[in-house]
Amino acid sequence: MSTIASHIHGTRAAAPTWRRATEEPAWVRRLLIGIALGFLSLFLVLPLTVVLYGAFEQGLQVWYAAITEPDAQAAIRLTLLVVAIVVPINLVFGVMAAWAIAKFEFRGKSVLITLIDLPFAISPVVVGLIFVILLGSQGWLGPWLAEHDLRVIFAVPGIIIVIAFGTMPFVARELIPLMQQQGKEEEESSLTLGANGWQTFWRVTLPNIKWGVIYGVILCNARAMGEFGAVAVVSGRIRGETNTMPLHIEVLYNEYLFTAAFAVSSLLAGLAIVTIAVKSLVDWRDERQRHQAAA
Amino acid sequence: MTLALRQPSVIPGFGITLGFTLFYMGLILLIPIGAFLLYTAQMSWADFWQAVSHRQVVASYKLSFGASLIAALLNLVFGAIVAWVLVRYQFFGKRVIDALVDLPFAMPTAVAGIALVTLYASTGWVGQYLEILGLRVAYTQLGVVVALTYIGLPFVVRTVQPVLEDLERELEEASAILGANRLTTLRRVILPALLPALLTGFALAFARALGEYGSVIFIAGNLPFRTEITPLLIVAKAEQYDYPGAAAIGTVMLLAAFVLLLLINTLQWWTARHSRR
Repeated sequence: MSTIASHIHGTRAAAPTWRRATEEPAWVRRLLIGIALGFLSLFLVLPLTVVLYGAFEQGLQVWYAAITEPDAQAAIRLTLLVVAIVVPINLVFGVMAAWAIAKFEFRGKSVLITLIDLPFAISPVVVGLIFVILLGSQGWLGPWLAEHDLRVIFAVPGIIIVIAFGTMPFVARELIPLMQQQGKEEEESSLTLGANGWQTFWRVTLPNIKWGVIYGVILCNARAMGEFGAVAVVSGRIRGETNTMPLHIEVLYNEYLFTAAFAVSSLLAGLAIVTIAVKSLVDWRDERQRHQAAA
Repeated sequence: MTLALRQPSVIPGFGITLGFTLFYMGLILLIPIGAFLLYTAQMSWADFWQAVSHRQVVASYKLSFGASLIAALLNLVFGAIVAWVLVRYQFFGKRVIDALVDLPFAMPTAVAGIALVTLYASTGWVGQYLEILGLRVAYTQLGVVVALTYIGLPFVVRTVQPVLEDLERELEEASAILGANRLTTLRRVILPALLPALLTGFALAFARALGEYGSVIFIAGNLPFRTEITPLLIVAKAEQYDYPGAAAIGTVMLLAAFVLLLLINTLQWWTARHSRR
């Protein structure tokens, strides 16, 4: 097959005036590629470039000073603390939800899948507001929390809760279609051969979904670090205490400290680039495996 | 015929995995949303109506819905072209371009916001040339559209791409053999097959744009009645401790999100049915 295909392609390259009926003329192709590249350069490449340019315009030392300044360090530490709590919780949730949904048939499954998508659809500022109203000093649980000396809103726990809400779907969304597609025959064989549930999960399921888990975690991590709207409502913006990295960027920008704002932004932009690089690596592996399976 | 909750299986862990899933979602998602809706329901109708129909709020709905619609339409057109080019043509740097499409999904909105305002300000890399053409983007409604187009960019591309990859070329060949030219084939064969995916991507981009906050507030300038989006008004009211007012507007946004989610689910179900045939 492949030799025939390459033969056809070879002749086509040698006779450029000949065109298949299911292809567009060359000028249409060039025009469409041009439009696509123009649109993507304007909306993807330029914003990324302006962040990196703004961060390093005045040299590495200025960049380094901006990210090691005490308020920036506090924001970085808080952001890392939040993801260290939120990402593992949402990882466990994602794996459990995907296991229940992919391996079993039960009533209300499609409703459950829709509900997992819910945080995607809700505006981040509404998410923040929901928890201010529920847990704030004027909220329903506010008096009880105050009595027990627990500060949630305008404090770190509130930030953790709203970020957990906003990033809840990412691991689950990555794993549900993957595990549904893989079916349950392998797990059933493993169990029939005498392995228990845990052994089956660790030795059969996990190796199969490993790359999906990795991408889900890294996307969840990137979104957790970058969450802005919901955190803006619940954090109270106490400098050095409840400012996460995105809030710190906003403060710097509003104080016209543009280089510092871009320096902190460059860390998050770097994380975004790592995230999409991991995604294309995972996609590329999938594609190769499918080709091998087909061959 | 069984009335059992689930079908029997040898695989263990149904109780614990579904139990934890429901517990976590109930605790963090459903109970808080329910409490929020109850909080709004306790307001008198007159107070609620006054909060959601204030002139400034109505102006923000017009901007939020209008700009989201325009941004989603832009993404529909350009997203379809990008998906087509990525699936059908070969060109230098295609892999990198393909990967970059997900950038707005991974990029923090605040970073996108300050990047866009810096680009489109009248001294910015893009803004200074648009200024010559008499076009102002930063601190205008056009700026809101630009930010919402940025954050909605991946959705149409990523919903259309897989459907286009699975589209059988034989259909296009048959169409050509039957005498259709390329444009007719596109209109009568390819577009109908892509329609559910296009609409799903459009609805996803619209839903995301409607609730967006971080990337918009920097470039919008937030002038009352002109460039204030609805999420900004919610934040402003919350910061003034006007929680009932914020909750009323938030409920309107929440209900809009529910309706859109329902619509998207219907569209996805339609897409799945369409591609299976």
